[in-house]
Amino acid sequence: MKLKMLLTSTFFSLGLIGSAFAEPAIIYDLGGKFDKSFNESAFTGAEKWKKENGGTYREFELQSDAQREQALRRFAEAGNNPIVMAGFMFATPLAEVAKDYPDTKFAIIDMVVDSPNVRSVVFNEHEGSYLVGMMAAMASKTGTVGFVGGMDIPLIRKFACGYVQGVKAVNSNAKIIQNMTGTTPAAWNDPVKGTELTKAQISQGADVVYAAAGGTGVGVLQAAADADILSIGVDANQNYMHPGKVLTSMLKRVDLAVYNAFSEGASLTTGFNVMGLAEDGVGYALDEHNESLVNAKMISALEAEKAKIVSGQIKVHDYMSDNSCPAN
Amino acid sequence: MDLLTIIQILDSSIRLATPLIFAALAGLFSERAGIFDIGLEGKMLVSAFLAAAVASTSGSVWVGLLAGVFASLLFSGIHGVASITFRGNQLISGVAINFLAAGMTVLVAQSWFAQGGRTPSLSGASRFDPIILPFANELTRIPLIGPIYSELISGHTILVYIAILAVPSAWWLLFKTTFGLRLRAVGENPEALDTAGVSVIKTRYVAILICGILCGLSGAYLSTGLSAGFVKDMSAGRGYIALAALIFAKWRPWYILTACILFGLLEAISNRYQNIEILEITLPVQFMQTLPYLLTVIILAGFIGKAVPPKAGGQPYTKER
Repeated sequence: MKLKMLLTSTFFSLGLIGSAFAEPAIIYDLGGKFDKSFNESAFTGAEKWKKENGGTYREFELQSDAQREQALRRFAEAGNNPIVMAGFMFATPLAEVAKDYPDTKFAIIDMVVDSPNVRSVVFNEHEGSYLVGMMAAMASKTGTVGFVGGMDIPLIRKFACGYVQGVKAVNSNAKIIQNMTGTTPAAWNDPVKGTELTKAQISQGADVVYAAAGGTGVGVLQAAADADILSIGVDANQNYMHPGKVLTSMLKRVDLAVYNAFSEGASLTTGFNVMGLAEDGVGYALDEHNESLVNAKMISALEAEKAKIVSGQIKVHDYMSDNSCPAN
Repeated sequence: MDLLTIIQILDSSIRLATPLIFAALAGLFSERAGIFDIGLEGKMLVSAFLAAAVASTSGSVWVGLLAGVFASLLFSGIHGVASITFRGNQLISGVAINFLAAGMTVLVAQSWFAQGGRTPSLSGASRFDPIILPFANELTRIPLIGPIYSELISGHTILVYIAILAVPSAWWLLFKTTFGLRLRAVGENPEALDTAGVSVIKTRYVAILICGILCGLSGAYLSTGLSAGFVKDMSAGRGYIALAALIFAKWRPWYILTACILFGLLEAISNRYQNIEILEITLPVQFMQTLPYLLTVIILAGFIGKAVPPKAGGQPYTKER
């Protein structure tokens, strides 16, 4: 009860400030603000905006699914503008709430909500995966590389499809072993199975394994490091997890999406917002942890290919556009 | 399919069967004593968490293992108090334990390590290393026996060997000792035991504690043996598969070993091959994943022999006055 009163009073006072300054707000998804991945990336973007502009922002960490709509309405009532949401799970509540607050701007990451005051930020994961796929093919000595996906959903197939196309672009004879961890949300948090899948791929000759599997990926990276082969991380830069064993990470710049939305403030442009290679929304990670693994030849090849993708000379097939993959 | 592939798949089955063997034996002791235990999953999870957390802070996997077993014992104790002392519904208590474990592990992990409900990755002495048995490297050249010995039998962590040894030990304890006789009696006919002057309550508590220790080993193996660190919900339904194995094995120790290795084998095959083609019919990977449950249902339905649970299972004991 006390907590509830405290919350209400906070939101009330927030409303008074809100109407004067229109602070932006961000809502993190269930993974939590410090998940070393998706949500933390969103937090980094918000912090960067705060540091550069000296502004303040409101934030909320979800504790349960039921809080989504409630949190959205509270921020909207309090006059926060724009309100950014990290995660595709917000699509349904947002579609409801956006109608009721036509003067408030919303931004949703990883999903499309068709409403005049909503910006839908979507990443071209297939383009980023294409580049790390090229790097995997160049680093592989056996000509066999692996892919471990999390839950078998179209989004993860999009990662896989881009990766396969990238590998084939470098070595058309390469063998790619693909595994999905499962078909239920438990597949995002099963490092034991991730480890076993990786071991099975290694025994079939894979010497670079790309994990797009959330918490399951921890097991994949671990198994690869234990067997002394290379792995590729996802979303955030995961190179530091096993220095010298993680070839690179496919970056998904959620921080940039949040930073951009905050910077534009109440005059946020709405509609479809694609974050691809051209916008630096996706890419590959280079830092001190993988500099011994990546040579100048790889980088120049990747940069040349990247320029071609940006200019439209090469088109990486998006699995989600027609639910099929031309390469495998 | 060559010999090496078969050996690799069997090797993987043994690794995957180990947590199931521990958990199914844990369920065996509990259910043979008349206490149904849906909470195997939750106990594995708390043990996996505390084992990884303590191993990462102390730097010793053995201290972590003890902590994991302690956590599992504690949850076993809760189940015992609820279902033995207060005669509550055992299924509800078990479900409550699963929920408590799922929520608490993530909450505590977040407040201790602030890594999104994970523990830091374990390395060096804070995780179990594979044990290379003597002559494993020398014998690899001998055909057939060499690879079987060096790949399949050697090179597992110590908990795998403990799990295999736990099966005959459980059999001996349950079927060859007075204590085992009493434990089984308490699950079939507690009144008879009470008449003979043996405490039903005490016997059931001991059974529950053994269950806690075994579940603790199972969970610790997940986070410090099979992988290196705790991730939320990492038990991923293995507690339920172990329950299925227990029923599939008709509450018998040796059958449990076979059932767990069979279930491990099914998972290993589905890990290795996404789709399997048999006689031009393509079996999707999901089919292999459902097979353990499907087989259990077939057994329960009475197609292959009869699975009879302990008679007094699920009933709290009230002493007559």
